[in-house]
Amino acid sequence: MSVEETEETPEIEAGVTVEDEVLDTLGDTVQTTEEHLNADASVVVRPDQVQDTLSALRDDMGYDHLSCVTAQEYEDRYESIYHMKQYDDPTQEVSVVVPASKDEPISQSAEPVFRTADWHEREAYDLVGINYEDHPDPRRILLPETWQGHPLGQDYDQDSPQIVTLSEWDNPLRDDHVDDEADTMFLNIGPHHPATHGVLHVKTVLDGETVADVDPDIGYLHRCEEQMCQNGTYRHQIMPYPDRWDYVSAGILNEWAYARAAEDLADIEVPEYAQVIRTMSAELCRIAAHMLALGTFALDVFGDFTATFQYAFRDREVIQNILEDLTGQRMMFNYFRLGGVAWDLPEPREEFFEKTRDFLEELPAKLEEYHDLITGNEIFQLRCVDTGILEPEVAKSYGATGPVARASGIDYDLRRDDPYGYYDELDWDVVTEDGCDNFSRVIVRMQEVEESAKIIEQCVDLLEEWPEDDRTIQSNVPRTLKPDADAETYRAVEAAKGELGIYIRSDGTDKPGRFKIRSPCFSNLQTLGEMSEGEYIPDLIASLGSLDIVLGEVDR
Amino acid sequence: MSSDNPIDGGSTDMLTDTRDARMGEGLDDRFNSRLREALGSSPFILTKFDKFMNWVRGSSMFMLQFGIACCSIEMIHTYAIKHDLDRFHAGVPRASPRQADVIIVPGTIVSKFAPRMKRVYDQMPEPKFVVGMGSCTISGGPFQEGYNVIKGAEEVIPVDIHVPGCPPRPEALVYGVAKLQERIANGESSPVVVKPYELEQFGDMERDEVVDKLADQIDEETLAMRYNWADSP
Repeated sequence: MSVEETEETPEIEAGVTVEDEVLDTLGDTVQTTEEHLNADASVVVRPDQVQDTLSALRDDMGYDHLSCVTAQEYEDRYESIYHMKQYDDPTQEVSVVVPASKDEPISQSAEPVFRTADWHEREAYDLVGINYEDHPDPRRILLPETWQGHPLGQDYDQDSPQIVTLSEWDNPLRDDHVDDEADTMFLNIGPHHPATHGVLHVKTVLDGETVADVDPDIGYLHRCEEQMCQNGTYRHQIMPYPDRWDYVSAGILNEWAYARAAEDLADIEVPEYAQVIRTMSAELCRIAAHMLALGTFALDVFGDFTATFQYAFRDREVIQNILEDLTGQRMMFNYFRLGGVAWDLPEPREEFFEKTRDFLEELPAKLEEYHDLITGNEIFQLRCVDTGILEPEVAKSYGATGPVARASGIDYDLRRDDPYGYYDELDWDVVTEDGCDNFSRVIVRMQEVEESAKIIEQCVDLLEEWPEDDRTIQSNVPRTLKPDADAETYRAVEAAKGELGIYIRSDGTDKPGRFKIRSPCFSNLQTLGEMSEGEYIPDLIASLGSLDIVLGEVDR
Repeated sequence: MSSDNPIDGGSTDMLTDTRDARMGEGLDDRFNSRLREALGSSPFILTKFDKFMNWVRGSSMFMLQFGIACCSIEMIHTYAIKHDLDRFHAGVPRASPRQADVIIVPGTIVSKFAPRMKRVYDQMPEPKFVVGMGSCTISGGPFQEGYNVIKGAEEVIPVDIHVPGCPPRPEALVYGVAKLQERIANGESSPVVVKPYELEQFGDMERDEVVDKLADQIDEETLAMRYNWADSP
């Protein structure tokens, strides 16, 4: 649909739906409505009314989670879509669509309302080229400052040469911190640094040993994942890429994000048996991912390259062996298919079950060992308890999800709140902690491992007794998928790091018109400043470790 | 071995006796080492210093702790329990490039990171070796068509060994490192004096001209090592 179609408020039908309520609340700011498969209401507003609309939705209707900002370019206009949710009930979704003109793509920034919009809008500017008015920091975020053009825009020429420089960084606080008493120092942490978990670059300004300013500089692993997915066909060519977003063996969780969005878009059913296999394999991945988080965190806070780190990797090897039996790969599984999974459990099934059960049986004793080594360790407690505080309201404003949000007492888990797969049939609990500190984040991950083990055990029980003539692993899916033109959806799953969402707009062909990834790490990483400014530099390292970011997913 | 009263009043008889008893009669095997056993009775090894240094380099490699993307996870697994790269004299990751001999490039290199990686590489002391891990360091791999992706590590730094895979299994990386050690020990992988990325400024010349031109710039008297173009593999 196009913007000029209608300027007046559509008629309000009888029976109060969410859409009516939204229209009531927003009044005249709404220009028209759209149809998004996920959202109860999708409203189109003028580019200068973004802040009013979002704050009305947040304050009056409780949409307190700005999940994602998607920008895209059409033939006749630019568009930013703000995907709003409620932390209490993420099935309540509203999309706010903000068109901007082709000649002057200017739109009001949502940053004063939701802090998380800061980075999301910088990314939208960087990749698509929409300018956000009132934005506090309108720089590129993923590509180098010297980059010419906006690669996901329509007239971008990929073959034109680009010049990338390596410049020395200035101290951004130098001018306003010059006096005889205070003396700031600029410190580059990364992009090649053992504690940054990859190629993150943290530009830090120190005042003595205190952190005065933190500016995470990302984009050192921006692998054009969205472009790759937009160039691939739905049925086969996209699925290998999700494995490489969050690459710490959490591949199946990411595949599920794409599978869920695409199945929603093309209306594909998944057989129950396949759902159980999906649930089991996804939770195995979650354990592997949390083990890595634990091991590298121990490495960060007490340089423990021997015991904890090696133990964590020993346990990961066991999981990777199980997953290799199941999927044929240690890390890049490519196991899901739209409408199911690639193949059934390996034969002989008993052997696979036995192996998985052995792992689950040994797990409690191993976790006990980790608790002895880590959480019971006084040095560890000194480093982690009451450091890196993230208040729940701040976490919400930054769109934090996953273990980071749950350790700040936000009871938000899409597996329970927006059920998919087989989770709502199983018996397990969402782990939350109220400490808001680094210690809580570690505890939440360790307890989630126990919960995942519970889920896997129940899945194994189910699979063992599943009748042999009812083992359908894939539903019938057409060889070429062509969802209806202009169908749009945003679907999220609970990945290892939090809410991993996919926005897909179909353009009627067998490839997506726009494929946007909402990465949990991208939002979680934004909280680093809140957690570490005013603290000591070792606390910054601990906070960064406890956020458990993966740069492949931050940068995409 | 007797240990009741090994040193008594400055006499070393007892020590000598014990040692002789252990060694047995005949050979004067003062060091009683396995190396010695392998070499026979001669107390000398005659070899070229270069060859000796190559052997040392290959047998004691300090790796740079350098993670980029997915492959770095498999690289960590290669260092960790089970695969334990240390068994092959190559398992000590150093956090600083100034202490490292070998850089494993584990992942996709994008435009923003390429100059950084070159800088890290430049900081490593000569002789230095590069293992390219994964398809991305060969051609850009699955992301080759991306607008931001460098089509292989060789565009930025010279690579000695390519390990294909996406990601390569730990066994594959161990094999790649073993191959590199073999090449170093045989002197096949020499310290690179001319770096490929410096060749860009001579891009429009034929290869031989480039070599001649660069050779002219080398001062014979101060040259410590020479890269032998003719014999290079």
